[in-house]
Amino acid sequence: MPIDVYLNVAVAGILTGLVYGLMALGLSVIFGVVRVVNFAHGEMMSIAMYLTVLLFSGLHLDPLVMLVPIAAVLFVFGYALQAGLINPFISRPEHSQFLLLVALALIIVNALLILFGPDARTVQTSYAFDSFQWGALIVDATKLYAGAAAIIAAALLFAFFRFAPVGKAIRACADNYTGALVVGLDVKRLYALTFGIGAACVGAAGVMMTLIVDVTPMIGPAYTLLAFVIVITGGLGSMAGALLGGLLIGVTEALAGLLFTPSAKSMFAFAILVLVLLFRPQGILGKRSI
Amino acid sequence: MAAKTSASFVDPFIRIAVSLFEDVSRQTIALLGILLASLLIVPWLVNDYLLTVLIVVLYFAFTGQAWNIMMGFAGQLSLGHAIYVGLGAYIAAVLFARFGIAPWIGFLAVIPVAAACGATIGFLAFRFRVAGVYFAILTIAFAEFARIGFDHLDYVNASAGLFLPVAQYARNDLWHLRGNPTMFYYVILAAAAFAFVVCRALLKSRIGYFWLAIREDEQAARAAGIDTFRYKMAAVMISAVITSFAGVFYAFFYNNLFPEQVFNISRSIEIILGPIIGGIGTLFGPILGAFVLTGLAELLNAAMAAIGFDLPGAKQVFYGICLLLVVVALPEGVWPWLARRIGVSESRQ
Amino acid sequence: MTALLSLKRVSKRFRGLLAVDGVSFAVSAGDLFAIIGPNGAGKTTLFNMIAGAIVPDQGSINFAGKPIGGLPADAVCRRGIARTFQIVRPFPALTVEDNVIIGALLHIRDVGKARTRAGEILRSLDLFEQRNRIAATLTLPDRKRLEVARALATEPRLLLLDEVMAGLRPTESDRMVAILRSLNRDNGLTIVLIEHVMRAVMALASNVLVLDHGIAIAQGKPEAIVRDSAVVQSYLGAEPV
Repeated sequence: MPIDVYLNVAVAGILTGLVYGLMALGLSVIFGVVRVVNFAHGEMMSIAMYLTVLLFSGLHLDPLVMLVPIAAVLFVFGYALQAGLINPFISRPEHSQFLLLVALALIIVNALLILFGPDARTVQTSYAFDSFQWGALIVDATKLYAGAAAIIAAALLFAFFRFAPVGKAIRACADNYTGALVVGLDVKRLYALTFGIGAACVGAAGVMMTLIVDVTPMIGPAYTLLAFVIVITGGLGSMAGALLGGLLIGVTEALAGLLFTPSAKSMFAFAILVLVLLFRPQGILGKRSI
Repeated sequence: MAAKTSASFVDPFIRIAVSLFEDVSRQTIALLGILLASLLIVPWLVNDYLLTVLIVVLYFAFTGQAWNIMMGFAGQLSLGHAIYVGLGAYIAAVLFARFGIAPWIGFLAVIPVAAACGATIGFLAFRFRVAGVYFAILTIAFAEFARIGFDHLDYVNASAGLFLPVAQYARNDLWHLRGNPTMFYYVILAAAAFAFVVCRALLKSRIGYFWLAIREDEQAARAAGIDTFRYKMAAVMISAVITSFAGVFYAFFYNNLFPEQVFNISRSIEIILGPIIGGIGTLFGPILGAFVLTGLAELLNAAMAAIGFDLPGAKQVFYGICLLLVVVALPEGVWPWLARRIGVSESRQ
Repeated sequence: MTALLSLKRVSKRFRGLLAVDGVSFAVSAGDLFAIIGPNGAGKTTLFNMIAGAIVPDQGSINFAGKPIGGLPADAVCRRGIARTFQIVRPFPALTVEDNVIIGALLHIRDVGKARTRAGEILRSLDLFEQRNRIAATLTLPDRKRLEVARALATEPRLLLLDEVMAGLRPTESDRMVAILRSLNRDNGLTIVLIEHVMRAVMALASNVLVLDHGIAIAQGKPEAIVRDSAVVQSYLGAEPV
């Protein structure tokens, strides 16, 4: 195969990887602050994807226009989930929290199955088949838009945590829970906000994902797992690591799909996970802890 | 003279049998006796449909017991137990379908594979301190890896599925596991009873105490001289081997295998639901949980059939709600709560 | 006489902080050795290095003539060093008896015999009546004695006790002092303890090591230590003896 085929596939992988990265960023933020592993992460993304499909097929609203409103809906969902269901579980054992979210994931997947049936849904935008060409490089318009939107969303998130007072308060919570309580921060509200922000990330990622893949109720668990693979690969608790992990997995999957068969591409993501665990258990950008 | 030799040969087994029921309360023995007696006579009392439901119940009591060794005893959360079921099912099925090897011999081939698979996952996790939910995620990743791998493995017909020849046997053939539901019922009943006895023996032994120590506080366990890596590896491998027998049973009971179904993550979740609902770490929990869960699910099916409703996914939503309710309201599970009510105590939980 | 436990220039650094800085000392068999010093002096870090919970950056640790520095905690325990934790960590959901049986099973393979042994130890620590209670429901003094019982069940030659008196009322700590003295005198058990309660140290210890900012500033008999001006300044001055 000529080299430019690889180049094109790699660039497509990078753009998809950016969306993966944004999705994983949501997981990483929730875990880093609330210390709860959101096992319903991919399922929350599939909710956003179905919202996108519904709004597109019903009202002909372009996914890119719906990006902010759907992220806002997911924010409210995440906020309510943390405030109502998960907060009482903060002091429970880890596996107890985990099972709570497994239950939630099970309910979401199958509720979507009941509502929409098992068939794949898709969004056919006017630019679905457009592409840009620079020399030998050909890039799908949908992937380019999705990747660009993911970069913007991630940049906004970084800025929020660095500059906004609430963002700084949330980071204080993450660093020192008791300390945050002592200085009078409303930790429960900040946790709910954080879960909302993580949900908004995955919501935005879901909207863009509809530009790239079809949605079925069953993709939820697969993307939950993918988000975990990315976060562990990139390094737990590292926001930059989540993005980098997303890129790495995106490119790996794309090249694996080209060289082997697309349906086996996840195996290569798992292989990377195992390699990372073997040689750098703390993840690529993670810090070693005892 | 001959009588004496046979007595001394039997003696250790009697002692083991007696020690199994040491410090078990009268109520518990009575409860066990009633349970076993009623399960033994059930095939004469129920129709084929109910018998099949009971087979499913006992199947989950068996897998739940096996999973409980890892989570309930040693505190290691596995969410990928479908991989052991799948390996057991595929290996035994291939050996039978291609070489005519009986499943009981096939299981001998399954044992080292399941143990090696458990050891690989355990080694990766425990050597590199992948603990808690990250361990759980690693187990899912392996199960998914196997699912996709078998989906592309032409030797086992890949995603097209592997089918066992369904011969119409005039009589039940226990050796080849070909026969009517009654035979399968007794096989899975024996397996569930065996798993129960093995789990109790393990729990009462040195290794069981060490597992509990690891579950409770791994660092304190190490300070008490326990080689935690070694005992966690033992837990994964024992649990894997016992679970893999469920796979052998699955293959010969259903006669068809699809990677998409056998290795699916929802299979792993079904395995863990029973013991969680019944009570993690208890011996009766997995049994009770399997009865409660399968019973309620069948009631739901019957109710929906009665009103002429057919919703794929409704059963899973129901499972999800059950799990949610138990985790929120009865975090210890139903059995510890029930045991206190009826005055039966299971020591050391 | 050769020492049972000896440390030579042991150091440990956490990020920038030198928690333990070139500490050397030796404990003879049968000794009751106390390590004292203000908070943050590096006492627990030193303990964790002996017990194998932390790997020292530098220096050597020898036990019974063999190097143990850097061995994992379970291997150290099997060599004959048992420990308690500053913040008690019994196995919370298990009974008192099972906690001690787990310790006893290290060297006794038979569960029945381990139970018998656990019973003996629980009696000697006045915990036998409580043997069927769940560890998490015990009072703090009882949990502290339970930790000592679990450690003793592993049949150690050396017992490391991290502030077993802290948080105890005077009558309770007197009871602990009596127990430790009996273990040391009657059973010949070597004990190294970290302690803040000076009354207990003076009553018990045959030798005292004083740590301050990770450095051993004094070592000797307890009577000599309380007269040492450097010690009084850094530590004892802050608390009435």
